Parts: sequence; structure tokens; C-alpha cells
Amino acid sequence: MLHDRDRIFRNIYGFHDVSLKGAQSRGVWDGTKFFIDKGHDYIIDEVKKSGLRGRGGAGFPTGLKWSFMPKADARPSYLVINADESEPGSCKDREILRHDAHLLVEGALLASFAMRAHACYVYVRGEYIREREALQRAIDEAYAAKLIGKNNSHGWDFDIYVHHGAGAYICGEETAMLESLEGKKGQPRLKPPFPANVGLYGAPTTINNVESIAVAGEILRRGSTWFAALGKPNNTGTKLFQISGHVERPCVVEEEMGIPLRELIDKHCGGIRGGWDNLLAVIPGGSSVRCITAEQAADVTMDFDALGKLGSGLGTAAVIVMDKSTDIIAAIRRISYFYKHESCGQCTPCREGTGWMWRVMERLERGEAEKREIDLLLDVTKQIEGHTICALGDAAAWPIQGLIKNFRPVIEQRIEEYQAKHARMAAE
Amino acid sequence: MPKQLIVDGTPIEVEDGTTLMHACEMAGSVIPRFCYHERLSIAGNCRMCLVEVQGSPKPIASCAMLVNDLPPNKDGSPKIINTASPMVKKAREGVMEFLLINHPLDCPICDQGGECDLQDQAMAFGMGRSRYHENKRAVEEKHIGPLIKTMMTRCIHCTRCVRYMTEIAGVEELGLIGRGEDAEITTYLEHGIMSEMSANAVDLCPVGALTHRPWAFSARPWEMEGVETIDVMDAVGSSIVADVRGATVMRILPRNNDAINEEWISDKTRHVSDGLKTQRLDQPYIKKNGRFEPATWDAALSLVAEKLKSTPADKIGAIAGDLAGAEEILALKDLLARFGATSLDCRQAGDKLDPKLGRASYLFNSSIEGIEQADAILLIGANPRIEATVLNARIRKRWRTAPTKIAVVGPQVDLAYPYEYLGAGPETLADIASGKHSFAETLKTAAKPMVIVGQGAFARPDGLAVLSLAARILLAASEGKDASWNGFNVLHNAAARVAGLDLGFVPGKGGKDIAGILGPETQFLYLLGADECDLTRLDAKAFVVYQGTHGDKGAERADVILPGAAYTEKSATYVNTEGRAQQTVRAVFPPGSAKEDWTILRALSQRAGATLPYDNLKELRAAMYRVSPQLAALDTVETRAVSGLETLAKLSGQPSSEPFAPAIADFYLTNAIARASAVMAGMSALRASKNQKLNAAE
Repeated sequence: MLHDRDRIFRNIYGFHDVSLKGAQSRGVWDGTKFFIDKGHDYIIDEVKKSGLRGRGGAGFPTGLKWSFMPKADARPSYLVINADESEPGSCKDREILRHDAHLLVEGALLASFAMRAHACYVYVRGEYIREREALQRAIDEAYAAKLIGKNNSHGWDFDIYVHHGAGAYICGEETAMLESLEGKKGQPRLKPPFPANVGLYGAPTTINNVESIAVAGEILRRGSTWFAALGKPNNTGTKLFQISGHVERPCVVEEEMGIPLRELIDKHCGGIRGGWDNLLAVIPGGSSVRCITAEQAADVTMDFDALGKLGSGLGTAAVIVMDKSTDIIAAIRRISYFYKHESCGQCTPCREGTGWMWRVMERLERGEAEKREIDLLLDVTKQIEGHTICALGDAAAWPIQGLIKNFRPVIEQRIEEYQAKHARMAAE
Repeated sequence: MPKQLIVDGTPIEVEDGTTLMHACEMAGSVIPRFCYHERLSIAGNCRMCLVEVQGSPKPIASCAMLVNDLPPNKDGSPKIINTASPMVKKAREGVMEFLLINHPLDCPICDQGGECDLQDQAMAFGMGRSRYHENKRAVEEKHIGPLIKTMMTRCIHCTRCVRYMTEIAGVEELGLIGRGEDAEITTYLEHGIMSEMSANAVDLCPVGALTHRPWAFSARPWEMEGVETIDVMDAVGSSIVADVRGATVMRILPRNNDAINEEWISDKTRHVSDGLKTQRLDQPYIKKNGRFEPATWDAALSLVAEKLKSTPADKIGAIAGDLAGAEEILALKDLLARFGATSLDCRQAGDKLDPKLGRASYLFNSSIEGIEQADAILLIGANPRIEATVLNARIRKRWRTAPTKIAVVGPQVDLAYPYEYLGAGPETLADIASGKHSFAETLKTAAKPMVIVGQGAFARPDGLAVLSLAARILLAASEGKDASWNGFNVLHNAAARVAGLDLGFVPGKGGKDIAGILGPETQFLYLLGADECDLTRLDAKAFVVYQGTHGDKGAERADVILPGAAYTEKSATYVNTEGRAQQTVRAVFPPGSAKEDWTILRALSQRAGATLPYDNLKELRAAMYRVSPQLAALDTVETRAVSGLETLAKLSGQPSSEPFAPAIADFYLTNAIARASAVMAGMSALRASKNQKLNAAE
């Protein structure tokens, strides 16, 4: 269990003062100037050495991502912070924005400086109204204290702008976010060119998750070795886990990477409703990853690699716990509906396929199908996966693949029941 | 740096910046596609062009991937691309299936049938059966104007139409609304599209979502025979295909011609085809007691010949109209010469162009393709958007792809690209010429300066002085620059005008120009398809012959009507505004007893006892090429040095301060064929009512 002294987010529950003064009393903005004086490459190097992997879901090494930004370019560079936290199950950025926003503002300055950016845009999810206000308050305080802005005390001109989205899931995809920031319809761009080359307004841009940026300051303050020593190799540091569903006490908690799932649930959430044996399945990383079964959940650790081995993923570490009272088909059907509803409609497989999958799922839930349609559905998910412009196609396909992989007997049983019932009705 | 690739086993070398799709095509592999179009930006959304690239776990959209973006192989060996592997086959089948699940199976009643990309590619790349048993999507039809019929259930969301409208036509009126499977292409609140070249979007539509409303349900593509010819609705001379069934031109489509129209045509060029069927003059008429009575060719020609012989030469006049071919213009000129008549004019709009000043003084010298090199363009009294729609698209293309400074002197109109507005009339022009105006500096610093003078600037009494000013501006700006660049461009509106000037169909010695010909002294007036001139000042007793195709203004005043052939019914030479000679091809025969125009004049000459020395088209053309050799060089534009403008520039004369007026009042009704077209009349009325609404709103 993570020791209190190793916590980065020390006010994640909002028990303490959220103002600049409060944040400073917890060490935020301490020594920022010192790191800036050490230069751009020092910061990137430290973040690289810390082994920090992007906290938005894909787990791309953050330091490496920063190093892709051009060092000498006539165009300005931009940092865009993705606070469009819309993945079902995910709610960590919300807490950071509410209670630890100064960590984000400080991280934004450090990251922007490392990438030679003078401007940073924070794209806040449309539904996060209070969160946006809290962030704006923190930014205003930082401006007033001359921590950021023109001619600030850190010697690196830096402006931070909060952009409020309109509530479209797809705008959380990094290139769709850029389109949306530019005032266009949020539809993902073709890659290459990648944003580090041609991003916001055609200029080099890096897009990072709120959490990835918010931890940057602490990594520098305590040193990359401290961060790298936490967790497991290649999955270092601490992470905000968000556990929801059928646990006694759903919560957001900062823990070490690689903590066993069972320990996470038992220690922080009071265990599964009705005891561990009542567990049916866990979606470990937000709605888009494949679910894992209770047996797999018993000894899996919460990190990118271990979950990847199971065919699932850490994603945003939004753990959705489902006990045996859950109709797993209905649960996945609801997720399918979400992706059908949020597909941007730009490219063919996702636009047409998400609706198809959802409609088949509707029937599977009732059992109103043929058994061969399970394989048909699996084939459709394969036709979407990897064929789309952005990862939403994959995200829509994986939950169903997880369902079929782990719960095919349940679906078959549902179909048999339906057929038996209707055969009887026909006979009567 | 060239890059090595191996496509389906064929090694090829391609330049950096080539897309994977082009590289595959160079290697001879066919890549299916829906959203990709070479003249539009890359959308990459249909996912039909997926190919397998060595080292990539996922198939890659080849239309959007540049070969230089491919990560190199570690050992430096060329990348292996597969376009026929099981992975690619599966990917294509998958995309095809997705496109078809919500596409209605209504091919038998769809106008796109037979020329549908979705049909063709489903046959070639689909899996031939359906696994989809859910309900299909239905989408409400959209009303986007009288030219484009929509059936949005068929839409596959390739966004070609949206990109065409936004990028090429410059009218941001089509868009994709909604999300996911509810996404729909529409205009804002279903307004009709306000563009003169909107119907090209229909050609781009790979399915039957957008079809041409005026031709709806009238013919199948396999019933029609395409005749490749050229258009005469404006002086651009777009390349077209006239699709013929039986004795009728069913429709007109654009033909690719990079030098002129790329692959676009204006709505008028396309939808004027119904005008070829109505109001036609299909037999000779003689006016008796104020009423036209059908007559035989014999009677009509004899009467005309007799009048021609009996009228003194100085009281004979002739006007060549906007749609006349070079052949009949020469025949008429030769015929008049036999009778010593010198009052002839082809400049129906009153243009002050003079062929004696050299060819460079009345042509679009830089050529249309040359627009893509210009870096400063001054438009003088021209509204290319309606005077030469596809040429305007070329200016827009230039503006979109390179920093180009565009300025306008004349009416302030929407040209579909931003420009600097300098002033309304010749005074501004004089300021630029004297270097007082800042745009003079812009032209001077430009590498390839260009001025485009429209009919609104030279079809006025002081037109020659305006042209001279424009020439002076261009000469001053061109000083010390690339000598092969001549940016002095005259923009004509009429297809027949340049040939008329080339053949010297202008007043001869002692002859009157158009204003004089239309005066009360003329006793015998020969109108060769001339409908755009004011005939009210003519003497009531003047004998008027109208040779033409449609019962329009000219025919109304005529005493004898000689029915001729329209541009789709004869092989005639037209010279476009660049000075490019092109020939039409006969697609159908003229209606009734109407005849090819030059044969009418040849027959008339015989009756009048002055037989013209050509018995067939070949001999006529030989005579024509002797008069004007450049007409023999079909489809070419000779280079005309900028020094050819010096005579024009040296002319004295002061233009008035009158602002330049628009040359065309109504884009849709500029000639007799268009005025006979119900589609054009509808468009004209719609545009008028829209303008009224817009004015009211302001």
C-alpha cells in the first residue's frame, strides 16, 4: 500500500485548502524556478528517466512524447491538456481539477517550458462546469501571483487558456480535440502527420492527459529515481485508480502502479458487495477495454503490461466491478450503445459498425438470436478493429470481444432459454 | 529523394510526397476508393483503399499515407506493400459490407445505376452476400435546390460533395451534421445552394445520393452514346460530353481538360440541354402581314437573295451572334464581300476590341492554366464568377494554394474568394497606371502580374481607352520580368467573339459598326444568330433575315427565318477567350428541315448569283485557315509576347469617369438556348427571389 509520504495528490478528496496558499503549503510551486533554470532538456530527461507513461489510457512514455517536439521551429509550439474525461468509469481528472488544480497549472508550466511552448490549452469536458470554474480559479490565482503569464517570476512567458468542450466523447481523441479547439467539428484527423509535427493551428503540439501533466512537478521535486522506484519496472510511479460498481465503497484513490486488483478493492473499497466470491467480472480500465473474469481478477496486478497480457488494458485505471447480480450482456450492450451514440460518423467501419453491433447486442440481451450470430458479431468487431481513423473503433469493438471471449456460455444459454420459451409458446 | 517500394511483387521507385495509393497505381495495382478524389483534399474516411504494409499490424489507408511517412525497414530494404493479400481482401470486404448494410437495395430505380462506384466496387470487392438482418437506416430527403435531387438514404458519407463545395466552388453551404450513424449531409436549414457550378457535386457523388434533378428518370447511362465536344455557353470553351439517345441530347457532362475546365463545368453548360429541344426553329418562315408562315427553303432563300441583290451595299448590314461558329462567320463575311457590303460586326455587346491592334490585344494571353502562376491579379470590370465560371474556379484554386493578391476595379461582387476592392471605374485604373495607387506597387513586385479585363470595362464607348490603360498597367508591371509571361487578359463572354475578331468580322472600309448597323439607315440586316442586340432603332421597313436556332428576340423581328443548327448539331470551330481553336462534334442532327449554318449561306450565295467557292466543309475550312491560320492549330495556344501590347498601350484617349457596369445581368439567361431552357428559367427565378429576400433582410 502506498505510503502517505509518497502521495502526489495530497488533496484529492478536497479535505484541505484548495487555494494557491493551501497548495503551496503542500509543496506545490516549490522550486519550480529552479527546474526551469536547469533548462528544457533537463526536464524532459527527468520525466523520461522517471518512466512515466501517459495516464490517458494508451500508456505512451510521456518523456519520449515530449522529446518529439521540434527544438528549433519558426512556428510556435503548443501544449494541449486533455481534460475531456468522458470514458465511462473514469473520474480522476475531475478530482484533480476540483481539488488539486495547482498541481496541473504548475505541471503545465513545466511541460510547456520543456517543449518550448508559451501557450497551453486545457480542453475541459462539457459536463465539467464546476471543475472548469475550479481550474479557472487556480489559474487566476497563479496569474495574480505572477507564477504564470507574461513576465512571470519563472522567467518563461506562459499563458494558459481553458477551453470548455460541448460534451462529445470523440473530442477526447487528441486530434479531434485539436479540431474542436480550432472551432471545427470534432472529428479525428488522419495521422501522419502527427500533432508533434502538425498540430493545433498547424503548429507542433503535444497533447497530454491531466494526470500526466499534474504529476510532472512532483517528479522533478522528488527526483525521477523516487518515481521510478515506485511500482513495477516499465510501469512506474503512482496512479489514481477509480473504482466503481459493485464494491462497498466506490472511490478514487492514489496507489502504486502494479498493485494487485484484489488488494486495491479490498483495502480501499471495502471489498466486493457480498464478498469476493460474488464477483462476476471486472472492466479494469474504463469502458473501452475488454473485461476480465473473476478468476483472472483474483491475481492480476494493475499495470499496463499485466493487464495487456490478459488481452485487456489499464486504460485510465477506471475499474468497473460487476458482481453476480449483473446481467453482463446488458452491461456490454449499454456500452455498445454508448459507442454507437458517440461515434463521430467520419469513417465507415465505426459509423456503420457501431450501430450494427449495438443492434445485435440488443437481441443477444433478450436471447432473440441464433448462436451463429455470436461469431458474426465477433467477426464484425474484427472488421472494425484496426480499420478506422482513430481508436474509437477499437474501443467499441473490445468490450464485445471481451464479452464473447469470457462469457460465450452465458450468451448461448440466453439464446437457448429464449428459443425454448418461444418454442413452447408456439406449441401452446 | 526517390523511395524504393515493392508493390505486389513489382519493384518501383517513387518520389517523396507521393501517396501510397499513387505508388500502387504506378506499379499497376488497382486501389478501390470512394472518398478520395485527386482534385479534392484528402479525407481518408471511406477506408476502402486499405493496403497491407510490411511491418504494420493494421492495414493502412493508402490515399492518405505518403511514402516518405512510411517507417523505413531496419535493414534498409524496400518496403513491401500488398494490395491483394488476404488481409487486404478481408479489409475491403469488411468496409464494403459496412457501406452496404445501410444502403438501400433500390438500384433498379436509382438514376446512378450503371455508373455507380458503389455498384461497381461491390461487384469487384464485395463478398456478394448479406449478413445484416437489422432494420436499415432511412434518411430524410433534403431540398438543396432545383438542380440536385437528393436521396440521402443512399449516402455513404464520403464528403466529396462537401469538400467540392467548400474547396472548389468556394461556397460553404454543404456540410455534415449529426454524429455517428445519424450523420447527414445537408445545407443549413435546407437552403438551396447558391453556386453557379453546384451540379459538379453530383458528378462527384460516388452513389445515387445526389443525382441530377432535371434529368431524373429519363435515361440509363448504357442507353446513351457520349459525343465528346465543346461548350459554347461562355468563352471558356469547356470540354463536354453530350450524351445522346436517339435524336436527343439527353444530358451534358464535363470532360477532363486540365488546360481549360479541369473536370468542372458550370450549371448553365450542363443544364442548358433542355433548351436544345424547345423553341426550336425547325423550318424556314416568311413573315406575311405580320405573321410568320411556313415556307420552303427554296422560297425563303430566293426571297432573301432577291432582297440582298436589290439593296445598295451601304444599306446592307450583318451581325454575327454569340453562338455562331467560325465557319458560318467566314461564309457570311465572304458573301457580304461579294456584294460590296462593309457594315458587319461580331461585337454584339458593343465591345471596343480591334483586331488591327494584334491578337494579344483581345485575348486571354496568359492562358487559363497560366492563372496558376500569377501572384497578383487585377480584375477590371469583370465578374468571372458568372462570366466564366470555371475560370473563376481556377483563380480560386490559385488563391487557395499560394499567396496571391487579388484586387477588383468595377462592380463589387462575391467572387468566392476574398479580394481587395480598389474602386468602381476608370479613375482608379488611371491612379494605378500612374503609380499613385498602392496596388501598382503590388503588381510591380509580383513575379507574374496579371490583369483581367472584362466586358464590363471594354463594351462601352470609351472601351478602347480603358483597354489601353489596362495594357499600360500590365506593361509597367511586367518590365524587366520573364519575357515569356504575358499577363494581359481579356475575358470574353461569348463563344463566337474571338473567331469573329480573328476572321475580321468587323466593319470594313466605310462600314458601320454595330451601333450604326442597328440604326435607321440599314435596309437589309442579316442576323447570324444575333439575339443580344437592340433591334428597336431599325427602320420599320428594313428587311431582316434571322438565321439561327431559337425563336428568340432576333427571330421575332425577322422577315425571313432560316433555321440553323445548334452547337451540338454541327461541326463548327470556336475560339475561346485564350485564342484556343476547338471544334464541336455533331452529336445529333438539327431538328426538322434546319440545316448546318454554313450550307445555308452557301445555298443563299448560289441563289444570289455569287456562289461561294467552297462545296464542302473541308474546302471552307481551308479557306478559313488561309484567312486566319491560327484556327488550324486546334487545341493549342500560341505564346503572345507582351510586346504585342505596345500599340494598344500607346493609344491616346481619356476614359470617362463612368463606373464599370456588370456585363451580365442574369447568369442563367445569357443566350437564346439558355432562354429556351425551362431549367435555366427556374434557376433564374429562384436566384431573383433569393436576392430579393437577401436584400430585404439587409
